[in-house]
Amino acid sequence: MAAPTMDRPTSAAPAPVQTLTIAKALNNGLRASMEANRKVLVMGEDVGKLGGVFRITDGLQKDFGEQRVLDTPLSESGIIGTAVGLAIRGYRPVCEIQFDGFIFPGFDQIVSQVAKLHYRTQGRLKLPMVIRVPFGGGIGAVEHHSESPESYFAHTAGLRVVTCSNPADAYWMIQQAIDCDDPVLFFEPKRRYYEKGEVDTTAAPGPLFRSRTLRTGRDVTVVTYGPMVRTSLDAAAAAEEEGRSLEVIDLRTLSPLDLAPVYESVRRTGRLVVVTEAPGESSISSEIAAKVQQECFYSLQAPVLRVTGFDTPYPPSKLEEEFLPDLDRVLHAVDRSLAW
Amino acid sequence: MSSPEKWTHPGPDATPATAAKPTAEQVMAGLRATDEGGVDLVQLLTPEGERVQHPDFDIDITAEELRGLYRDMVLVRRVDREANALQRKGQLGIWVPLLGQEAAQIGAGRAMRPEDMAFPSYREHGIAWTRGVKPTELLGIFRGTDNGTWDPVATRFHPYTIVIGNQVLNAAGYAMGQKFDGKVGDADGEATICFFGDGATSQGDVHEGFVWAAVYDAPLVFFCQNNQWAISEPTERQSRLPLYQRARGYGFPGIRVDGNDVLATLAVTRWALEECRQGNGPILIEAFTYRMDAHTTSDDPSRYRLSDELELWKLKDPIERVKVHLVKQQWADQAFFDSVEADAEQIAIELRDYCVNLPDPPAGRIFSEVYAEANPVLDAQRDEFLAYHAGFAGGEH
Repeated sequence: MAAPTMDRPTSAAPAPVQTLTIAKALNNGLRASMEANRKVLVMGEDVGKLGGVFRITDGLQKDFGEQRVLDTPLSESGIIGTAVGLAIRGYRPVCEIQFDGFIFPGFDQIVSQVAKLHYRTQGRLKLPMVIRVPFGGGIGAVEHHSESPESYFAHTAGLRVVTCSNPADAYWMIQQAIDCDDPVLFFEPKRRYYEKGEVDTTAAPGPLFRSRTLRTGRDVTVVTYGPMVRTSLDAAAAAEEEGRSLEVIDLRTLSPLDLAPVYESVRRTGRLVVVTEAPGESSISSEIAAKVQQECFYSLQAPVLRVTGFDTPYPPSKLEEEFLPDLDRVLHAVDRSLAW
Repeated sequence: MSSPEKWTHPGPDATPATAAKPTAEQVMAGLRATDEGGVDLVQLLTPEGERVQHPDFDIDITAEELRGLYRDMVLVRRVDREANALQRKGQLGIWVPLLGQEAAQIGAGRAMRPEDMAFPSYREHGIAWTRGVKPTELLGIFRGTDNGTWDPVATRFHPYTIVIGNQVLNAAGYAMGQKFDGKVGDADGEATICFFGDGATSQGDVHEGFVWAAVYDAPLVFFCQNNQWAISEPTERQSRLPLYQRARGYGFPGIRVDGNDVLATLAVTRWALEECRQGNGPILIEAFTYRMDAHTTSDDPSRYRLSDELELWKLKDPIERVKVHLVKQQWADQAFFDSVEADAEQIAIELRDYCVNLPDPPAGRIFSEVYAEANPVLDAQRDEFLAYHAGFAGGEH
């Protein structure tokens, strides 16, 4: 038996692998970007002294000052529109939109300027800005606080749209989004903010605009993103107990879509279920269904099925458990696919 | 200098709407009240070409400088008329005339320093001229070959912005950046100027721009060209009170200048930019002027305004008054005026030649520079389309 070592860590540096919530991982990621590049600014409503309503920017203003962490006027078009000017000036603004349903006053600036200035100027102007949006429901909130508007932005050329589903991705993807020379819409699954996971701060898990297979399986492919990743993984675990093997793919990037792993998977399983909180009509889930039938036509054993929010406004919160796809609805779709 | 405090809000029994409404006599005559700028109008050169004094603003101008301003205005008017004619001949899809707004634009543009930044709307051909953007670089937008080819970084002239009011917020952000960069606070400072019209003052983005620039003390001059008409809608459809007075509500000075007076516009804009460089921004300038032609070549002003109104404004022409003054002062002779006309004709010829020879872009241009970084999905779509396109005889169809 070896003698117990008396060695202790001599450095105060944080452990390379830490267990963090998504919220804290985002906070650490923002901090790392701000330390690496003094042109990185954080701006939004209540992001300074308060640290944001979800505390994602907690402590940043204290450490980086009011000129790098801006408590802005209550004006979303202003947040986006001035970030455009700051980006042209050489800054890398990270805008926080407080809630998904409040992004629409800034929609004009996003679609008309953020998305098009690079094209309009044929590359003379770059817009390296990130628009962070806590999105999705499940928190018992009032109207406009639980929406999933990502399809609007994925539909708009010139924007990139990503979403994280776990702390490691949160930590790395926010930094990669800030490093990107294109404007990035960064959707954060707000009801998962306080879920924990391991984060290796020494190495990024991979490039930003790539999907990732989180669980391999033989029978049915489940493609999802954001808050529905946890739901889908839970469904896969439950299905396993019944002897069904689900493959779960986290899209991570919604524009551009990285569907190569999905095609590869569907060619093996012959079955696909797409799971999103967003309503299904004219959406990312529609796009995936269209692309997969085009690329995997002869491999499909069943039609592509979708489990989505309904094509209604987000309902009053006492009804949201019915509205939101859950484990049972995912498994029901899996059953239908297998029974085809 | 100027006093933004002159104006006080009307009492509860007053009817503020009267400030912008025409009198009964003007209505009977078919005219609107807006050809008179009111007591606060800053003017240094009358429509008759007389130099007048103003208590707050003055300008020392040499004969050579005034000849330069005259030349600028004549040349941009010639560019404007030539482009208008090119649209009529089918060489441009549309043109946006600046006729009548030459003094507002040359005055404001010549007030800028090279390191200042300008954010135009889409009628700022005169500002473009002062930033060193070639008139030919404007044409592609209106011919449909590109969205403007000038370098916005080198010229410090942002791309034309067509969505009304968007550029005001972009300018506010840029000016905030100038301040964050430590470029504000002394005579060597930088400033930003943004251009918009009377119609834009109803847009939320313009109001938000006022708020943001104010609370961040941004070095930003809001330059509103009130040309009296937002396509068919008169200014009284946008505001109860004169537009420059709005500034007070946001906490910064607002000044109305005779936008047909290049000297007054130059003096007021120089002052405003200097105030911004020193850290005393933002400032609103309302250049009171008139759109003497249609909104665009697709518009028909005869459906909504009387030609009598245009006739009244012709008497206030921005170029004629400078010519009269130059002659009266004996600051220019016939040879000078002839040389300016010859230069104008030469520019018109070059513009025409450039326009009619401007080639259509290749099909691949559809996909070019949508993103700064690689996008495999879009690249695949492009490749598929180009392969399809190449399948036609000669690669064209």
